[in-house]
Amino acid sequence: MAGWLFFLAMDLACGLFLLVVGGIFLELLAGSWPSIRAFGLSFLWTSAWDPVAGKFGALPFIYGTLVSSLVAIALAAGVGLLAAIYLAEFAPGWLGAPLGLLIELLAAVPSVVYGLWGLFVLSPIVRSQIGPFLQATLGFLPLFSGPIYGVGMLTAILILVLMIVPTVVAVSRDVLLAVPDIQRESMLALGATRWEVTRRVVLPAARGGIFGACVLALGRAVGETIATTMVIGNRPVISASLFAPGYTLASVIANEFTEATTTVYLGALTELGLLLFVLSLIVNGLARVLLRALSGGLRQA
Amino acid sequence: MAVVETGGPVCSGCKPLAAALTPAASEANLKRAILARSALCALGSVVWLWSGALAATQLTGAGSTFDYPFFSRAFYEYSRQHSDLTVNYQSIGSGGGIQQFIAKTVDFGATDVPMNAEEIERAGAPVLQVPVTLGGEAVAYNLPGIGKGLRLTPELIAGVYLGKVTRWNDAAIARLNPGLKLPDVPITVVHRSDGSGTTYIFTDFLSAVSAPWRKTVGTGKSVQWPAPSSVGGKGNEGVAGQVSQSPGAIGYVELAYALQNEMAYALVRNRDGNYLYPTVETIKAAAATKPGVSAADFSIVDAPGANSYPIAGYSWVVLYQMPPNPRRAALVKAAMQWLVTKGQETAESVGYVPLPEKVQAQALAILSRMRTP
Repeated sequence: MAGWLFFLAMDLACGLFLLVVGGIFLELLAGSWPSIRAFGLSFLWTSAWDPVAGKFGALPFIYGTLVSSLVAIALAAGVGLLAAIYLAEFAPGWLGAPLGLLIELLAAVPSVVYGLWGLFVLSPIVRSQIGPFLQATLGFLPLFSGPIYGVGMLTAILILVLMIVPTVVAVSRDVLLAVPDIQRESMLALGATRWEVTRRVVLPAARGGIFGACVLALGRAVGETIATTMVIGNRPVISASLFAPGYTLASVIANEFTEATTTVYLGALTELGLLLFVLSLIVNGLARVLLRALSGGLRQA
Repeated sequence: MAVVETGGPVCSGCKPLAAALTPAASEANLKRAILARSALCALGSVVWLWSGALAATQLTGAGSTFDYPFFSRAFYEYSRQHSDLTVNYQSIGSGGGIQQFIAKTVDFGATDVPMNAEEIERAGAPVLQVPVTLGGEAVAYNLPGIGKGLRLTPELIAGVYLGKVTRWNDAAIARLNPGLKLPDVPITVVHRSDGSGTTYIFTDFLSAVSAPWRKTVGTGKSVQWPAPSSVGGKGNEGVAGQVSQSPGAIGYVELAYALQNEMAYALVRNRDGNYLYPTVETIKAAAATKPGVSAADFSIVDAPGANSYPIAGYSWVVLYQMPPNPRRAALVKAAMQWLVTKGQETAESVGYVPLPEKVQAQALAILSRMRTP
């Protein structure tokens, strides 16, 4: 009897989520219909965003969302993994626990605080220190060319890195700690150094979990709104330079939804929401495929 | 004992029970009675409080974030004078305010730009649009070594925002400011990234003074900013933050915000050729040049008059001429009549510009068309 109830509750719980996600999708589709009818598929690859003339295109926002979150996750994965390995494998106990706690604390800072800090503290540093340094050393790359405003893609990426590193560190550290000690001890008994133990045993065993941590963090970066909005410069252009302002899907929705009044304008903003939804699905799906390929490769090795 | 006596005639079966009570038991009974009584008392007072809350009517409004500080101050004053009434205002943005108003979920909507024909048609009933407050905008700048006193013409501001004037030592700026040593730095153009009435008034001003702007960009709460060196900041604080953080930046912010944050802002030339700072007086003067302001003809940018500051505009409350809920209509009407007259006294204390008297009269005239039972 109890078991039967439990299974029913489980089914209902899952069904509820399915219903909610399906409902969101349908509602977004219905809401964006005026825009889909007016612009069709060309919405995806046009760059105009002119509310006065009623012309809308999503390309700069898709570009901004992908670049800011992908570069951020690449940087955060590197830094975060190193920190997690140190915390799990090398840090002495008296240091590891409080350090881990501090990093997790970073995850609890509200994003608007990150945004304000980014605008008032980080962006002047980017304009007067980081930017000129990058331009002096790597200025030959188009990535680091052009005028430096302080706010822009680079500042947004740095803020995002700061925001998602705690997720990468906390989850990766737990995954590393979950690798059974017997494996480490066996390797040590065979005469391996601690670095060899980490590289050949612990990391391969934890690979799937670490990858999962990165996917979680990427999800936060894609959807982050307020902090990005405050520092990205909010300009719907596609520029090779990281110093130039950009714009993300979530930011433009947050910026313009409250004051959008015409039907097509509202439809275009809702369609951006739909794109964000689909983009998250694609990113998550790709991550899963990649994960399967990775763990498959692991089994063969 | 009184309990037994009164209880007796009603329920004779109780008598033997009461007689059988030991002293200890009756004490417990008394305690229980006191408890029950105080519980009843508590319940009673809750019910009384609740009915009290019900008696005080709550009017609801939604819309413009620009109006919010003014409304919360003014309506606080109003409900102090009318203890049976509170006004709940949700600052969800003008667009949201109009949506709620059309859906008839609020008693009034508030918007920085009057509802257009399409929106009124969606409302499906005659709409009254009442000017309730005035705002002006400062053109703030960040030029190292130069404090206050920069002079700008409307054409020059348009040129900067169009991306035609790109450096601070441009000959056109230098000619206007012979006393200032203008640095050779690029101009960073800062604008609001969020849709806002502030942007509407600013682009309305640029459209009024510059034909190229009117043709290529136009007027709106969000527009396609043409200058290659432009960045968007969220809210007044975002624009102010970016202007104060980057040398060479220029941006427009609400007057109240510029005053509170002691920013350097420009003297702007008006239509009569005078260079003016935005102040309560110069904005009021601009508004006073158009006493018959209405939703169909509301722009007061580039106003004539020696003392008229050229970048200013109204904020509006929207009401149904025949309110869906007639019982509340009289209350809403009275509150609005107060807001556009007496309520204006609170405006200046929170950084808004009170309506000139002629405009107050005009607002009352519009309100008088509201039907109440």
